Amino acid sequence: MKKLIQKLTDTYSPSGYEEAIRDVILAEIKELAEDIRVDALGNIIAKKGKHGKRVMVAAHMDEIGLIATHIDESGFVYFTSVGGSNPRYLPGGHVRFVNGVLGVIGSERISKANVVQPIDKLFVDVGATSAAECPVQVGDMAAFVHPNVQMGGRLVAKSLDDRIGVAVAIETMRRLKSGPNEVFFVFSVQEELGTRGAIVSAYGIDPEIGIGLDVSHTGDTPNSIRRELALGAGPAIMVKDSRMLYDPKVVAWMEGTAKKAKIPVQREVLVGGSTDARAIQVTRLGVPTGGLAIPCRYIHSPSEMIDYEDVENAVKLLTALLSAPIEL
Amino acid sequence: MAASLPTIGKAQIKLLEKLCNASAVSGDEGAVRKIVINEVEPYADELKVDAMGNVLVKKKGLGAKRLRVMLDAHMDEVGFMLVSDEGEGLFGFQPVGGIDSRVCIGKFVQVGNNHTPGVIGVKPIHLTSADERKRNPSFDSLRIDLGPNGNANLGDWVTFATEFRQVGPSLFAKAIDDRIGVATLIQLVKHAPENIDLLAAFTVQEEIGLRGAKPAAYAFNPDLGIAIESTPAYDFPKHDGSESSYYNTKLGHGPAIYVYNSSAIDARILVEYLKETAINEGIPYQIRQPGGGGTDAGAIQRTRAGVPVISISVPGRYPHTPIGLCRVEDWKNTLKLIYVALKNMKPNLLREN
Repeated sequence: MKKLIQKLTDTYSPSGYEEAIRDVILAEIKELAEDIRVDALGNIIAKKGKHGKRVMVAAHMDEIGLIATHIDESGFVYFTSVGGSNPRYLPGGHVRFVNGVLGVIGSERISKANVVQPIDKLFVDVGATSAAECPVQVGDMAAFVHPNVQMGGRLVAKSLDDRIGVAVAIETMRRLKSGPNEVFFVFSVQEELGTRGAIVSAYGIDPEIGIGLDVSHTGDTPNSIRRELALGAGPAIMVKDSRMLYDPKVVAWMEGTAKKAKIPVQREVLVGGSTDARAIQVTRLGVPTGGLAIPCRYIHSPSEMIDYEDVENAVKLLTALLSAPIEL
Repeated sequence: MAASLPTIGKAQIKLLEKLCNASAVSGDEGAVRKIVINEVEPYADELKVDAMGNVLVKKKGLGAKRLRVMLDAHMDEVGFMLVSDEGEGLFGFQPVGGIDSRVCIGKFVQVGNNHTPGVIGVKPIHLTSADERKRNPSFDSLRIDLGPNGNANLGDWVTFATEFRQVGPSLFAKAIDDRIGVATLIQLVKHAPENIDLLAAFTVQEEIGLRGAKPAAYAFNPDLGIAIESTPAYDFPKHDGSESSYYNTKLGHGPAIYVYNSSAIDARILVEYLKETAINEGIPYQIRQPGGGGTDAGAIQRTRAGVPVISISVPGRYPHTPIGLCRVEDWKNTLKLIYVALKNMKPNLLREN
């Protein structure tokens, strides 16, 4: 699975430009589902199983990035954020535009060195010396560049939010026998801009149960706010986030299944943030929805960190959940 | 009535004048709805006003495979509502939609269906401290003053009392956002190309959260959606002569094609298609700077199982103030670009990727 994760995080696909990651995923799953389609907004919907409950499992394939707003006469590229790119993390970083052009994010030297520069004071330097020579156009998007670095049992990469959820979904598809449920694996678009892909794919699927796969913040760093979630202590079963209450019946089903299979899990109450699960929950007449999250440090920075054990346990739990008939 | 090339001439400018001078704040779109229905009814295959007040018009095309194209322009404008009656014709009020309190002070307004005249009053400068003058006045500190015989009720809608004017190549009016879109869409209904099903939505309540476009798109269930809008131009030269990197759009540079805003990422296949069409036809265009703001396209995109969308705007200075300004030439080019793009639209457009 490490190879798969590397392949996924080495792909550049900011929200709205999911073609590259979609192609990678489609190639991975083509033998793993009975029916695969791409909907009007670009979501991949892959179905496995014909009978039982209609379950939608969603992991988003987009990543945060930035978009060019102006090329000045010297060829510098001004930009704004796509999704929650934080100006703290930007200066000095490398980015790659979707047309392959590489750039470095610059900022001016300022008298107050401890002040975070607002995003409109930053620019991307692509090595051009004039607007005419600049290989970037207004409207072009870019994503962060960061190598995939192994650190013992942990991994640091860009876009683990949510390529790690994508990896969990793909690996589960691989291990899951065509079972007693009709499972729709959705690799969704534009989650970072407001779960837009999940809103429409859930409408199209009309599921009876929803599961969101995403990352969640840990509370295990030196000056973190007091929170339970820690790397390596198991995947997180979502109980609440800032926009939804996860369905208690689904939470109980997940916890019961984990206990029976002796898979370590943690409970998560996410402060600030939400996921595709929320979009599924309020679709049509409402859908009982849960969430499974991989604990992750430094979310929305170019260097997100996860623990492989958590990933493995998430796959085990998701496979167990989907392999048996579901009664909530 | 066969399709013919739509244009912007005296009659269209006259119609825009009527539309801009009409009062139609979000939730009170009746005056504009009446004008719209009057204009398009003779041309419509189907026309209905839905539960929220959207005007939904179908123009069926000919031929076997036709794309169902939803075109959207919102009828409402930003304005105010009376919220407290303090006697003697003085009323407290609040904005409906996004308005900067600084642009309101000392302006003539018209209140309610009778267009009762009034003025937005504020504490005189003689009595204001230096500190107070540093801050934006809150709406709570302003009043609409109708005089003691002013006839109005709580809940009445209020608009700026601006009269439309044409000056050389420019149009000055309130509510160019989005009456210019409404006027454009009326022209497109009258000259609907026959290769598509044209689904025209004249929507309500865009300015308070894209509320009308949602049920309109749900009802039409289109293959793709195009929002016709007016977007801000902030193309002032900088005082120090340096290059401006933040202007959104510029007057005189043609229709503004959207790629990304807070409400939607525009479908790239449609962005490319509009750009190609503009280049092939020799129509000037500009890319609206990616950033904040929203259009009905956002609501259309996330309807049912998803709809590819794009927005296209006539650039306009000073939107959401008593007087906006735009250029006739930009309007002409916007209409032309949309019309030609529709006329050349192949049924397989969305499958080209």
